[in-house]
Amino acid sequence: MLRRQKRLTLRQQQERWAFAFMGIPLLFFAFIRFYPALYAFNISLRNWSMLAAERPFVGLQNYRDIFADEVFWIALKNTFTYALVGVPLQIIIGLGIALMLYNIKRLVPFFRALYFVPYVTSVVAVAWVWRFMYQPHIGIFNRILLDLGFEQIQFLRNPDTALFSILAMIIWHGVGFQIVLFLAGLEMIPDTFYEAAQIDGANSRQIFFRITLPLLNPTIVFVVVMSSIRYLQVFSEVMNMSNEGLGGPLNSTISTVLHIYRTAFHRFDMGRASAMTVVLFVIVLVITMIQMKLVTRKFEY
Amino acid sequence: MKNRIFALSLAVLMVLAFAAPSLAQVTIEYWQYYYESKVKLIDELIKVFEEQNPGIKVEHITFPYDSFNEQVAAAVAAGQGPDVLNIFYGWLPMYLKEGFLQPLPEEYFSVEEIENRFIPMVNAVKVDGRYWALPTAVRSLALFYNVDHFKEEGFDGPPATWDELLEMAIKLTRRTDRGALVRSGYGWNVTGQDWHLFREVLLRQWGVAPLSEDNRTVTMNSDPAAYEVMEWWIDWSRKYGVGEEEGRGLYRDTFLAGRASMIVDGSFGIGTISANPNLNWAVAELPVKEIGGEKANFGSFWAHAITRNATGEKLEAAAKFLEFITSDEVQRVWLERVGELPASRELAQDPELRNDPVYGPFVRGLEYSHATFFVDEQKERELIIDAVDKVLLLNAPVKDTLDQLVEDLQKVRDEYFNSL
Repeated sequence: MLRRQKRLTLRQQQERWAFAFMGIPLLFFAFIRFYPALYAFNISLRNWSMLAAERPFVGLQNYRDIFADEVFWIALKNTFTYALVGVPLQIIIGLGIALMLYNIKRLVPFFRALYFVPYVTSVVAVAWVWRFMYQPHIGIFNRILLDLGFEQIQFLRNPDTALFSILAMIIWHGVGFQIVLFLAGLEMIPDTFYEAAQIDGANSRQIFFRITLPLLNPTIVFVVVMSSIRYLQVFSEVMNMSNEGLGGPLNSTISTVLHIYRTAFHRFDMGRASAMTVVLFVIVLVITMIQMKLVTRKFEY
Repeated sequence: MKNRIFALSLAVLMVLAFAAPSLAQVTIEYWQYYYESKVKLIDELIKVFEEQNPGIKVEHITFPYDSFNEQVAAAVAAGQGPDVLNIFYGWLPMYLKEGFLQPLPEEYFSVEEIENRFIPMVNAVKVDGRYWALPTAVRSLALFYNVDHFKEEGFDGPPATWDELLEMAIKLTRRTDRGALVRSGYGWNVTGQDWHLFREVLLRQWGVAPLSEDNRTVTMNSDPAAYEVMEWWIDWSRKYGVGEEEGRGLYRDTFLAGRASMIVDGSFGIGTISANPNLNWAVAELPVKEIGGEKANFGSFWAHAITRNATGEKLEAAAKFLEFITSDEVQRVWLERVGELPASRELAQDPELRNDPVYGPFVRGLEYSHATFFVDEQKERELIIDAVDKVLLLNAPVKDTLDQLVEDLQKVRDEYFNSL
């Protein structure tokens, strides 16, 4: 019998091409993202100074060092404050504005664009503009306070207010993106549900909690996960809004990523910086997994 | 066989022919951060040096000052880097710890010769009995004041004591009805030069040496006078309100804008300040605690260091280049072109320079300048800023704060000396 060349089915051929195309980004991810990320584990086990010729293996010494480092704990605490206050607040504001936009009929694209503009603006530029607005004497916020007869507030100079002043800017900057996501989610809910509920005599509260919120769940999960990760990795805003990017005053605004950056590039201590990166990675991983479990509930129409 | 020998000798000849020019030519890399007048001058000096030393080529590489250390570290980590590096003296110990530098070769720079030729504060880069870098120029602090503001208040000269300075500053300060600061009598700050002022000038004049002789022990709280002067200095801002911390570098900007009547600034500020023709300003030596009391000043410098990259012929070339750019002739040109003060004892004694209305106060200040031996300048600076912020923003008691600061600074120092 003649040996017959094995022919691929059309589907197999398509798959082959699909894999070929996926291979390029996959390679990119493997070498540019995953490899360095995994390499951080290696660095975290070494006494790795950027300038030194030798990089000896030191086991878990870097981890012991960072857990003994007071600033690391402050940075972690601040990072959680950013996330625990920022994420819910941003979602409430985002959802609130989205609901209002959903209910108006005119000028929706205009408002949508208006809220989205901050999101497409450079964080650095926005951070500096806010920094000027927070200035004592000459900043717009303090000018208003003074004109209204109040004492001025040292927004960024006071350790009690600095973190929340930065947080306000982060929320303002990111909320537009959430509004767009929530609007898309709201559009997905079939009108028939609302009509049926109205015929059954449901009030607006019931409609919101029994229909809108449960059906928005997939969007909410996505938003919660994405914004949690973003808040846990907050960096540029603090870098640009605190004096000299030190995360002050008195470490009151320093975030974990900023502390990592300073350890690596000011102290040259890549070992400790990588150890902190690994810890942050584990935290983000665990939190994301918990959120996926908790917030992804099944629901039925 | 014959052919083979022929081919071999041809090969040898070719190798020699190509190698010969490169043997005669040594190329070294000189790195510094970008500062226009310095970069231009070094470019010219390199030409002169290369003419005098035909076998040596110097490649001049510059990079932005921002993130200086990151830039150098990244280059070194990537296997590149300079043979001669221009570095802030306060960062030198950190680079030493990493084994990135080598001591200056004894044949070119003997310790004795350096100490005879350079002003004493250069010993801040002497570690383990050897010098690891040398400056072309040095800087010190002085008091800049706005002559128009002084006239307005009827002051005919700069303050001689700190008491006088505060008194004048109070009169010079202007606020709105609601208390917003319009003009600082004194551009008070921590993040600019005043953390040096506190440590090396005020503490010393109050009889407190900030460090032990061997630089290993922090002694900033070794006398009760330290608490007193720290509180008083912070009170200039907190209680008397003559100025407020505005952020790094802004103390000079407020002075330039006429929003501060006096500031303490380094000689490196002369260039920027004199570029403002509308500003009527003058310079004076730093005040003292009481007339006839101890004078003190903070000196600092950028120094040229030889890195571990330079070996063999390169090391020799690097040493020759260093000898050239730290020579008295170059220092003289440097003063004219860059406006930085000479590091040579002889030039610092030049009467014309000492009586110069602008440079004079700085040059005279060099005599009693101390260059702090930092082990980690950035960290130490942050700790001092944080300590002052604790008092200023949280009303923390000065005594506890200073004691804690000394403890923290000592920890940084211990960590450094233990790692050597």
